[in-house]
Amino acid sequence: MAEIIAQIQEASQYAFVQRAIIAGCFMALGCSFLGVFLVLRKFSLIGDGLAHVSFATVAIALLLNAQPIVVSIPLVALASLAILHLNQRARIHGDAAIGLVSSFGIAVGVIIASTAGGFNVDLFSYLFGNILSVSSLEVWLTVGITLLVVAITTVFYHDLFSIAFDEDYAQVMGIKVNAINHVLVVLASLIVVLGIKIVGTMLVSSLIILPAISALQIMRSFKATIALAGLFAVVSVIVGIYLSYVLNYPSGATIVLVNFGFFMGSFLLDRMIRF
Amino acid sequence: MSVNLLEINNLSVAYQGVEALRKISLNIDRGDYVGLAGANGSGKTTMVKALLGLVPFAGTITYQSRSLREFVASEHIGYLPQKMSFLDQRFPATAKEVVVSGVYCCKKFPKFLNRNDHEAAEQAMELLGVVDLADRMIGRLSGGQQQRVLLARALVHKPQFLILDEPTEGLDPQSRTTLYQTVERLNKENGVTILLVSHDIGAIGKYTSKMIYLDRELVFYGTFEEFCNSSEMTNYFGAGQHFVCHRH
Repeated sequence: MAEIIAQIQEASQYAFVQRAIIAGCFMALGCSFLGVFLVLRKFSLIGDGLAHVSFATVAIALLLNAQPIVVSIPLVALASLAILHLNQRARIHGDAAIGLVSSFGIAVGVIIASTAGGFNVDLFSYLFGNILSVSSLEVWLTVGITLLVVAITTVFYHDLFSIAFDEDYAQVMGIKVNAINHVLVVLASLIVVLGIKIVGTMLVSSLIILPAISALQIMRSFKATIALAGLFAVVSVIVGIYLSYVLNYPSGATIVLVNFGFFMGSFLLDRMIRF
Repeated sequence: MSVNLLEINNLSVAYQGVEALRKISLNIDRGDYVGLAGANGSGKTTMVKALLGLVPFAGTITYQSRSLREFVASEHIGYLPQKMSFLDQRFPATAKEVVVSGVYCCKKFPKFLNRNDHEAAEQAMELLGVVDLADRMIGRLSGGQQQRVLLARALVHKPQFLILDEPTEGLDPQSRTTLYQTVERLNKENGVTILLVSHDIGAIGKYTSKMIYLDRELVFYGTFEEFCNSSEMTNYFGAGQHFVCHRH
């Protein structure tokens, strides 16, 4: 035990670990706040779909020799709006719209990677992410985007609650449902683009879904659900990073497994309370 | 003198080319308690959705010569949707959170709740007898309790016009009577204009003062006296007219 504590103390002194913890905690907070609304709107897989689009946009950026984040943010934001419009206008259910855009993203990414060649190693590193290699710019962007998510969800909390609970009623009450839906998916796209660096394309949606559904298992009120989802997410990142350092496991996957542990704990606690 | 609240002219609604409502024209006055009846598929809920701007329609709907948006901004409409069609039983919200959400319509940006809003929620919950359910999760309540909580949400901002879509669906007889009595009180004591959708013509006959009968088009609109004395309706309803008029 003393050895583990010593390892954690040692890890905490490294600048890359400090950056990882700051970026990871803010990222987790942003994802979990949005996650509660997205899961309740049955749009939980939007993170998965947008992450697959990010795979294509990173391939485009590498092909053009540009910064992946600069290319990805506008293109993934556009993809999020496309999902929303397909869902609203083309009579395609939300999950099918996500599947459509997601498979298109993956296909474009794979074709660019196979025809261009030469950057496959870089591209595939985005599939699994590496939180320990986040740059200072990425940390600042993550902090900025998360503060934006927290500010918007706080200011529009009541509107978001109404839309999540009963969209028709929200519309009758004069809430600008369409505009708020647009803001929600664009925020999701921003957080996903930053999230793929941390846990990778394959796992980023878990940061959106898992803390939200874990909190939903045991909480009875809306505010408490958001607060607990945020807590689960942040603790998962901190525990996941140190655990991965001590056990020499990939950090993104370890964070997701800790999140899954919280889900199992919440699930069992809910069952115990009920019986 | 009666004051016109709602004016509907040539209202038609079509879903994928199939006409759900055809050229409906009628007025509802302030203080009216109107029952909207018709068989399943007759267009009752479609009409409500058109009134609330939830489906595209042809024709005009005005509230005191204003659009729905303008009317809602100043006078407020309360709406009780058809039984829990939307409600996710696992939605993490307490009854009080749901009730107080009814005031969001009337708050200016940024919408933060104050003491008055919480007091209004408590009053609405008292009126509907759901104060003791305040901290319970909405999805864990019985159908009747959920219905009363949603009615409290519809009343919390003191609407001038209340639309209830099949409010007693799935309720036990006792809860049904209580709900009808509460709505009647709102109409008589507070002067709230009510549009009550139901396929139960007997209940409409018992509680409301006017009745709309739809069968994709307007079959009848008027008072019960007019309905009971109409030979045209005798031909249309047969024995059913007797049932309604004598309020069995």
